Amino acid sequence: MKTLKLNAGKRLNRSWGMDIVLFILIGGVASFMALPLVFTISNAFKPIDEIFQFPPKLLVRNPTFKNFTDLINIFSDSWVPFSRYVFNTFFITITGTVGHVILASAAAYPLAKIKFPGRNVLFSIVVLSLMFTSYVTQVPNYMTISWLGLINTHWAIILPAFGMTLGLYLMKQFMEQIPDALLEAAKIDGASEYRIFWQIIMPIVKPAWLTLIIFSLQNLWTSGSVKFIYSEQLKTVDYVFGQVGAGGLVRTGPMSAVALLMLTVPVTVFIVTQSNIIQTMSTSGLKE
Amino acid sequence: MIIKTVVEIKKHKQAYVLMAPYFIIFITFTVLPVTMSLLLSFTNFNMLEPPTWAGWSNYTRMFVQDEVFMLALKNTLLFAAITGPVSYMACFLFAWLINEFPPKLRAVLTLILYVPSISGNTYLIWQLLFASDSYGFANAFLINWGFILEPIQWLQDPRYMLGILIIVQLWLSLGTSFLAFIAGLQNVDRSLYEAGAIDGVRNRWQELWFITLPAMRPQLMFGAVIQISIAFAVAEVSMQLLGFPSVDYAAHTVVTHLVDYGTIRFELGYASAIATVLFSIMLLTNLIIQTLLKKVGD
Repeated sequence: MKTLKLNAGKRLNRSWGMDIVLFILIGGVASFMALPLVFTISNAFKPIDEIFQFPPKLLVRNPTFKNFTDLINIFSDSWVPFSRYVFNTFFITITGTVGHVILASAAAYPLAKIKFPGRNVLFSIVVLSLMFTSYVTQVPNYMTISWLGLINTHWAIILPAFGMTLGLYLMKQFMEQIPDALLEAAKIDGASEYRIFWQIIMPIVKPAWLTLIIFSLQNLWTSGSVKFIYSEQLKTVDYVFGQVGAGGLVRTGPMSAVALLMLTVPVTVFIVTQSNIIQTMSTSGLKE
Repeated sequence: MIIKTVVEIKKHKQAYVLMAPYFIIFITFTVLPVTMSLLLSFTNFNMLEPPTWAGWSNYTRMFVQDEVFMLALKNTLLFAAITGPVSYMACFLFAWLINEFPPKLRAVLTLILYVPSISGNTYLIWQLLFASDSYGFANAFLINWGFILEPIQWLQDPRYMLGILIIVQLWLSLGTSFLAFIAGLQNVDRSLYEAGAIDGVRNRWQELWFITLPAMRPQLMFGAVIQISIAFAVAEVSMQLLGFPSVDYAAHTVVTHLVDYGTIRFELGYASAIATVLFSIMLLTNLIIQTLLKKVGD
């Protein structure tokens, strides 16, 4: 037996044998998890003969940017300029994310801090709707969106994203830990609820915003525009990148470049916001 | 009583104004569709003509006549029974293991384990790994080591399809609940361990059962909700990787069946009945799991 020093300086009982077994286990799994990602990165820089090498190699030996330049050439021939798809994707992602963060925060504040009639019912519905996926609502959603006349507009993707349940839930849980005394002081000074929300609550819950941003972005970045958007000019990068693969073997190189490009944005945002996300998630628990 | 409520509502007018925009959207795109789906499941509806009342016929058809649905249900249950518990435990196990690493290393490991779930369009890599010719990684590896002589048609052979689906889904599974568990573990009060050591907690397993798990119960509940809905709703991976419909419906799930009837055949009444059954299964599983989780650490 040995004693392990924890961050806080408390000593716990640990056995060496188990430590080693557990660390080997996590090392093994971490490498398995990382493998496809390493492969994605290295594949994007492989020249065509290495991509089709037998037996295939995991790592690239003669890195090249040819896959990326090929990708650019493919798009320079298409009749809708590629920048148009990029614009569409960014428009959907940014508008959807900003709207979601603001609307979900505004709805979370009363749920967390104001004791109004109906609050428990509303929150129960929110928790209940965490329990199923969007697939259950897919068919009626299509109908609603077409009745609202949103088919073939970006709003068909953006508007539903405003109402994502997880965001409201996490935001509400995070706001609950703000001390009531702070809000009461503001009320005594005559601030309205709107002002308290905007000037006191919103700056405090910055970690939660960043968390909502990554979840919303993750959701929207690859939201296929296939279902609701028919016009080629309104399609997203995710969709056209999917089309690159339809070109068959010749397109394998550019496709590897595509896989890497699609990965970069969400991963970068996650790296930047990681500590805030963990902070928010610590309040995510569902009480009995 | 009613007057009192009305006064209360008036007093909190600002609360309702703040909530209105979100809840209008939430109701339009979540509450209303669920209700509609429930109602439509008792009708025949093709989107062109107005719905006609069908009673329970969609449900009887599903369970009595629709063999593909039974296959999809079997696949989904099998799939959920494996990936649900495994991914849930994996989320906890890895969160728990990396919790003892120093913060920097912990951040890196969190990233490596979490990235698959945000990487989105990774089907390409799996398609290359399980490609049917000898250039696929899996085939090349097995041929090279002399296990097989001919490449295996991984993604077209019904014998392997469900297994591949499970592997890919497990790879994707360290997501939101994983992050919630990491955060929960960091928040467990350290003095509890000290107190536990005095009270005779001898090893990490006892520590886990008597101290860590009970302290994390809220996160465990939240994680369960998330993992259950993921486990039952598998479809995307199946459709992208194994084709839609998959060969012999070997990787058909309740959701792909729903997509088939809802967006291809336009039998919306029937599709809604499928959605309702799926929703009921998820809800029931959630209730059972929540009850079980309350017993943790007893």
